[in-house]
Amino acid sequence: MLRVLLGINLLAGLAALAQVPDLAGWAGRYVELAAVVQPLLLVGLGLLSLLRDALWRLPLRLGQCCVLGLVAAISAGLFSYTASLGLADGGSVWRFVLLSMAATAVLLVYFDLRSRAFSPALSEARLAALNARIRPHFLFNSLNAVLSLIRARPQQAEAALESLSDLFRAAMRDPGEMVSLADEIALGKQYLELETLRLGERLTVDWKIGPISLDLPIPPLMLQPLLENAVYHGIEPAPEGGTVRVAIEQRGQELRIAVANPTAGQVQHAAGNQIAVANIRERLALYYDLEARLEIETSDNSYEVRIILPCQRRQPAR
Amino acid sequence: MSTPPASPLKILIVDDEPLARDRLRALLSDIVGQLPSEVVGEAGNGLAALDILRDTPVDVVLADIRMPGMDGIELASHLGRLEKPPAVIFTTAYDNYAVQAFDLNAVDYLLKPVRTQRLLAALQKVPGALPDSALLTGLGHEIRGSGRTHLSCHERGRLLLVPVGEVLYFKADLKYVTARTMEREYLLDDTLAHLETEFAERFLRLHRAVLVAKLALAGFEKAAGDDAEAYGWALLRGVPEKLPVSRRLWVPAKALIKNS
Repeated sequence: MLRVLLGINLLAGLAALAQVPDLAGWAGRYVELAAVVQPLLLVGLGLLSLLRDALWRLPLRLGQCCVLGLVAAISAGLFSYTASLGLADGGSVWRFVLLSMAATAVLLVYFDLRSRAFSPALSEARLAALNARIRPHFLFNSLNAVLSLIRARPQQAEAALESLSDLFRAAMRDPGEMVSLADEIALGKQYLELETLRLGERLTVDWKIGPISLDLPIPPLMLQPLLENAVYHGIEPAPEGGTVRVAIEQRGQELRIAVANPTAGQVQHAAGNQIAVANIRERLALYYDLEARLEIETSDNSYEVRIILPCQRRQPAR
Repeated sequence: MSTPPASPLKILIVDDEPLARDRLRALLSDIVGQLPSEVVGEAGNGLAALDILRDTPVDVVLADIRMPGMDGIELASHLGRLEKPPAVIFTTAYDNYAVQAFDLNAVDYLLKPVRTQRLLAALQKVPGALPDSALLTGLGHEIRGSGRTHLSCHERGRLLLVPVGEVLYFKADLKYVTARTMEREYLLDDTLAHLETEFAERFLRLHRAVLVAKLALAGFEKAAGDDAEAYGWALLRGVPEKLPVSRRLWVPAKALIKNS
């Protein structure tokens, strides 16, 4: 509330400053403007507080539009009222309405930004929620495969269970901690071994790791979800299977991780895929802000996701 | 099962993961004392399963829901066209939506990893009717995001599969719907309305009795004079015949093709 009052008055002050060149005239003009602005402000705030509960229940964007509409209606009403009293100092009703709507919009954007910036707990929780994401399908199918191995090939079953537990340990790790590139690669390889168990010869993987220091710190679970995505969308839907290509290299101060899968002429399952990619993108933003990026390249028969990170130690932005 | 104990239950295992098939085979042999059964075949997807089913009598199909090529849901929708349709029991690792629908509609399913006792109970039960096609169409959309990959029809007692991607148009006559591919026509017993909803992204309604594959459309021409049957005609790629377009659908059809 207070922020709205102060904010609108600040805007009125700025408007007055824009209209009058010298400081002495400014104070007078501001008082004149305030006479018009304050009634609008008070009526508007009164109505908003009455409607607050109803507005809260609307989706954010719709709520914001409602507030804008409300302000337009009030200002139009007030304008005609002051005009009927003969107090209006020229200008059309449209100018008045648009000005008040613009001021409202500026404040709405400001509040939106502010609520995003001031919630560190939120970004922590978001990281945690984004991290824990192993597909249940993968889990149960892997367990099923392991159960099948126990009688015929017990040693392979043991190795598979060990990999599975490593994978879960990684998924449950503190998301704020960085891991070494070597660890993330090892995890990716374990994950792919499990998938090979299930898919047999349908899955082949081509690793290309350029000259790069393997103890470089990176956020956890950057590579594995990309591999999971590639297998889920590129290999599982293809009766003949295919090859997942992984390339990790350093270019200047950038670490590039690229994972490509064949699309077998199929459209990449749009929805599921966007969730996984949006997830990584959001985590990159939380860790690196604008210094990291995620690129997607699609062609007729392949789909490639590239993550480009700065090669330096970073803590998540809090 | 009403099968007398003398003849073991004939089972077809359909799963794209070899280890998952191995496990079902092992469990079946564990319970063979309580329930005599024989695995008559294994297949990696629905298409391969239908190949086996054409020549081999099968009592029960154990079908994984998600498989490449043709999934288990679609496989089940073609089973009804077989001379002696087998019963189907779905297997799935995790498909909440499907599992809820199965529970509601009394469709048999097993969750992977499959438990021996559950498998035994499912096989001992009198098999229900095959799941109805509306349920399977809905589940298919949920799981693969589109309609079936194939249409099925009978010809001289044989099950024929027509890849949906090869169909140029569907045309309804008095009793039947025909599907036209580049090579020939097939008689289907699906209704045009059902085909229209199932393949909404791929086919476009031109006329009360015609659905055309959007990709097969080459152009339009206005009908000469006052034709009662058609306001205009749609021209196709690769085949000479023209399809009638009704007055009501003329403008939307032309607009849609122009925009795509």
